[in-house]
Amino acid sequence: MIWELATTVTEAAKKEGESGGGSGWIMHHVLDSHQLDFSPFGVIDLPHIEVFGIDISITKHIVFMWFAVIVLFIIINYVAKQHKKSLIPTGISNLMEILIVFVRDDIAKATIGKGYEKFLSYLLTVFFFILFCNLTGLIPYGNTPTSNIAVTATLATLSFIVIQAGGMMKNGAFGYFKGLIPHGIPMWLLPIMIVVEFLGLFTKPFALAVRLFANMTAGHVVIFALIGLIFILKTYFVAPVSVSFALFIFLLEILVALIQAYIFTVLSSIFIGMAVHQEH
Amino acid sequence: MDMAFLAAGFGAGLAVIGAGLGIGKLASSAMDASGRQPEASGDIRTSMIIAAALIEGIALFALVICILLALK
Repeated sequence: MIWELATTVTEAAKKEGESGGGSGWIMHHVLDSHQLDFSPFGVIDLPHIEVFGIDISITKHIVFMWFAVIVLFIIINYVAKQHKKSLIPTGISNLMEILIVFVRDDIAKATIGKGYEKFLSYLLTVFFFILFCNLTGLIPYGNTPTSNIAVTATLATLSFIVIQAGGMMKNGAFGYFKGLIPHGIPMWLLPIMIVVEFLGLFTKPFALAVRLFANMTAGHVVIFALIGLIFILKTYFVAPVSVSFALFIFLLEILVALIQAYIFTVLSSIFIGMAVHQEH
Repeated sequence: MDMAFLAAGFGAGLAVIGAGLGIGKLASSAMDASGRQPEASGDIRTSMIIAAALIEGIALFALVICILLALK
């Protein structure tokens, strides 16, 4: 990471006429791109694929998303096999059991209540997918797929569909929309309430998407800015300070990766609970 | 163009002030509560994290608007 930073900072400084400032090199690392940067070992160019004018090329974030999915698949498969062999978990199964039981008891059961089993598989999938995507950004040369707004927006859209479908399956399509408006409000408030509640349906998943995206992007930008101080100020004396601060932020990022996976799952679960049991 | 940068900077700063005050007040009340009732600290922590996420979400809306201003 340090090496690629050094090269990109010097390149950016050359481009901007030795001013040394600018934040282009930070965005270069955070944003999606068509190449995997493994400097100093070289760069892998990814192909541009276009179908009917729609860009579906495999980008940096997609590669790391697939990486996270494959790792998750292997681990979950292993855990499931071991669970079939004996009920006493060992090794990594222990850790996964803690997380799975946590999602089941503290998230799904606590916020949805009766009938949580139907939504448990979705919540578990989302939790582990986001957790592994967040953590891939913390390994060397890794990248966070969840720091791409398209990924988080897709996840939020899935949550939106699950929320609406869950509410409509329980209460019926008409009953669900009728139940959105609280009982016993005066007649003249109805036009305002209908608009507000209808907009509320869409702002909830929008907030979910933006929250995850901004949290994962912000942490990386802070780390890059701290490390980049060394190259911007061109002195070794700032290195101990910025490296120790960056290490602190890095440790904080592990916590943030866990908390954001938890937050996304628990908020989805709360919204599902609100849609399914409308009397609260 | 320059005014857009200025507005984005001021906007981000104001949004951060609001979010900082909100989360600080939330954390202080949550710690008060769990100091008074240590046996309920688990529940208090959970609802504190959820409320902090909601406050943060509002602050992030403001920051997205600032980014849009700055990148325009």
